[in-house]
Amino acid sequence: MLIAGAVWLLGNIFDNLADRGIASGFGFLRSTAGFGISTSLIEFSEASSIGRAFWVGLLNTLLVSAIGIVLSTILGFAIGIARFSSNWLLARLAVIYVETIRNIPLLLQIFFWYFAVLRSLPGPRQSHELGGLFFLNNRGFYTPSLSLDAGGVAILFSVILLAVLAILKRGQKRVVKLCAFLASGLFIFVAVGAEFSLPELKGFNFSGGMVLSPELVALVIALSTYTTAFIAEIVRAGILSVPRGQIEAASTLSLPYRDQMRFVVLPQALRVIVPLLTNQYLNLTKNSSLAAAIAFPDLVSVFAGTVLNITGQAIEIIGITMAVYLTISLSIAFAMNVFNRNTALRGTSP
Amino acid sequence: MSEPVIAVERVHKWFGTHQALDGVTLNVKSGERIVVCGPSGSGKSTLVRCINRLESTDSGRITVNQIDLAEGPLAVEQVRKTVGMVFQQFNLFPHLTVEENLCLAPVRSLGLSESVAKERAKEYLERVHIPEQAKKFPLQLSGGQQQRVAIARALCMEPAIMLFDEPTSALDPEMIKEVLGVIAELADGGMTMVCVTHEMGLARAMADRIVFLDEGRVIEEAPPSEFFTAPKSDRTKQFLSRILQH
Amino acid sequence: MQWTRQNLFSSWGNTLTTLLILAGLLWALVPLLDWLIVSADWRGSKRVDCSSGGACWVYVAERFDQFLYGFYPEEERWRVDLMAVVLLGSLSLFLWSRVSGRTATACVFLSLIIGWFTLTGGESSLPPIETRLWGGMMLTIVLTVGGLALAFPVAILLALGRRSTIPVVKIFCTAFIELWRGVPLITVLFMASVMLPLFLPDGASVDKLLRALIGVSLFAGAYLAEVIRGGLQAIPRGQYEAAAALGLGYWRTMYYVILPQALRHVIPGLLNTVIALFKDTTLVLIIGMFDFLGIIQASLNDQEWLGLAAEGYVFAGIIYWAICFSLSRMSKGIELRSNTHRV
Repeated sequence: MLIAGAVWLLGNIFDNLADRGIASGFGFLRSTAGFGISTSLIEFSEASSIGRAFWVGLLNTLLVSAIGIVLSTILGFAIGIARFSSNWLLARLAVIYVETIRNIPLLLQIFFWYFAVLRSLPGPRQSHELGGLFFLNNRGFYTPSLSLDAGGVAILFSVILLAVLAILKRGQKRVVKLCAFLASGLFIFVAVGAEFSLPELKGFNFSGGMVLSPELVALVIALSTYTTAFIAEIVRAGILSVPRGQIEAASTLSLPYRDQMRFVVLPQALRVIVPLLTNQYLNLTKNSSLAAAIAFPDLVSVFAGTVLNITGQAIEIIGITMAVYLTISLSIAFAMNVFNRNTALRGTSP
Repeated sequence: MSEPVIAVERVHKWFGTHQALDGVTLNVKSGERIVVCGPSGSGKSTLVRCINRLESTDSGRITVNQIDLAEGPLAVEQVRKTVGMVFQQFNLFPHLTVEENLCLAPVRSLGLSESVAKERAKEYLERVHIPEQAKKFPLQLSGGQQQRVAIARALCMEPAIMLFDEPTSALDPEMIKEVLGVIAELADGGMTMVCVTHEMGLARAMADRIVFLDEGRVIEEAPPSEFFTAPKSDRTKQFLSRILQH
Repeated sequence: MQWTRQNLFSSWGNTLTTLLILAGLLWALVPLLDWLIVSADWRGSKRVDCSSGGACWVYVAERFDQFLYGFYPEEERWRVDLMAVVLLGSLSLFLWSRVSGRTATACVFLSLIIGWFTLTGGESSLPPIETRLWGGMMLTIVLTVGGLALAFPVAILLALGRRSTIPVVKIFCTAFIELWRGVPLITVLFMASVMLPLFLPDGASVDKLLRALIGVSLFAGAYLAEVIRGGLQAIPRGQYEAAAALGLGYWRTMYYVILPQALRHVIPGLLNTVIALFKDTTLVLIIGMFDFLGIIQASLNDQEWLGLAAEGYVFAGIIYWAICFSLSRMSKGIELRSNTHRV
């Protein structure tokens, strides 16, 4: 019966596709796009292929997610820890933040930031500015930029890599090491000849520097403030999961509060926090698909939106889009399992 | 003799509607070894926890080395640097090795260098007879070994006073002996100690004075010879008969 | 006085923090409250009545009915009101301890079926109302409650299936759950609205609302299944063994012994899923439906009321917040109560 049902469904699909004059298969990926994309990390024009449009969308999704993850982690930890502050006002403020943000739909928050805040900013000539370096107006957020040749990029990456290694490696003087790495990195950087470019008002618009579109800014702000509230709750739960006795022992050893947090509470809380945190990272990545609502060209918006409308190849396109998200989800889940195995407390199982 | 190093004066402590301490007064002189005993819920744990301000008091005064604990966080910090504590549940840091457990506070709060702290850790691990376990994690050790590590951890701060809160209650019977042995050695070394325990053998062997608490009050205070042979109060007699039966 | 000292000014850093926060609050709250309340326009019925520079609540008041009912014909709105009362009534059976959970569940499902026929007017003497006219808060609630009702039975089966000892069932249920949990809701909605028609024979079409409901319930079903599975895992082995010893078969064990306990355990988790879904229904506006947020968003483009985005979003935010916050309080209350029961 199942097979009969499947045959019937497949028959319907082919009939329907034939009726609409849609060819099945993935050939459409090689055809010319015929549309432009406003924000792109790689070169893209109307003459590029649809396959390339897919990569543009995917990279934009990853870009927004990466920025969102970094921001929401920092803010989330800060607010989660602030809930334990001895300052009553600060602790209350943290609660109010969490309870307000997480009870309002994300899409509404994206709309708010995009339509009510960023789009109603003044034009370029009346920009809000910060120190002559940063400008904010209804065309976007302008920052100084840094152009690098390939060698410079390579050096930048190796410096970051070394710095990360220095942090991860256990050692007493890691802060000193880190500073040394950063300083030498900066030195090499300047020596190689990185070029800074500042945004400047010319006529009716800015030139130079780097511009983040209002769509990108709204999406990033909304995604990271929203996820921050959830991460703050997770951090709080993690800290509460550390037995009271641990903090008592640390305080009878007269460890300062900072060190109690850093060496005793947080390392143990992290065991609870990290798995839940990756869940939030996944949520953030999936939520970045709401970009479609404000026409920021992320994967869903470009591929399941524009491309689908042009080609009409619904099954292939939705299939690919879902497969991409599934791959991201499953690989992070897999990495998480490995992490959990490696950080299990030693001695808990014989 | 001189001023007492620990002076507890008419201390009251409430947990909601339950009164844990009801006007407790206790003075401990330098080098003195006090054993606090009493039925469960008598307030004995609360008393030692008040001495290094793990619990605040509702009224009365506690001074350690003439520092009043109520003065504020700085006073508490100062007191805690000279008072070591051993818990019933060990409270070792499970994510750190034994050695790291021992070195954390000396490095972070006394400002010792890593190498000096390690040297010191080795010394005290030898004192508690487990120098070979330095690189292991707490949960890889037996209960008795864990409690000895906890004692060594407290000693690494080189405290003038040690507080023990039922150090053997969470241990299997065959482990109790090794921990009691270490505590007795410490007592012989002249450390000022306040120990909450049900181990009457320990009390008899090392205590200068036994303090019997019931319902938050000090019922009786006497040297072991007197306490065990000629208890004055009925409640003490009752307690002793129950606890010495097995 | 002492409280202030201890909690706000206990040290230098603490005092500084307090002062900074107070300054920040003053800087932000005063203009905000001024805009929201003091210099806002409350009276009138036209755009010109909003002239003070504060928030224009006239617009919200004018559009309020539409925000609630969408384009549902005015003279038929009594049906929506009636069904809201019926739904609330049947839901409140859960709070009444003399009615068993099973009876209450049955009543809710019954009222949903009655509700569907009453609102569409199908098969009755009431004039039929097409679902494309549904909108506003009404549509949001239809999507949330309807989606959950469709998802719930599926979720229970999926949760049981994922714990099954039969490999095929287990693999199928696991894959099904992880598939929907691994992709964003918006792709599921796209799939339901674009792909579903392709599966049907020529001429047959599925109502757009129904398509969205199917998408929402597939998505919610996967999450519900995981919540329910958590409850199943919390049931001690002894319960299964006791039931087996009594000679109850698998389905009877589940129905009479395991599920009632497991579901009671996970009520807070279920409520959290309800909250998440309630917020997530806003996504249907991307596939062109006018839920509560969608209709507000659409009304912002009205020529007469241009430039009132802030008012619209603040109003929507307050309503969503009030509903989600009270639901989450409820979930927390139940969690606390069941914790004290267990101790």
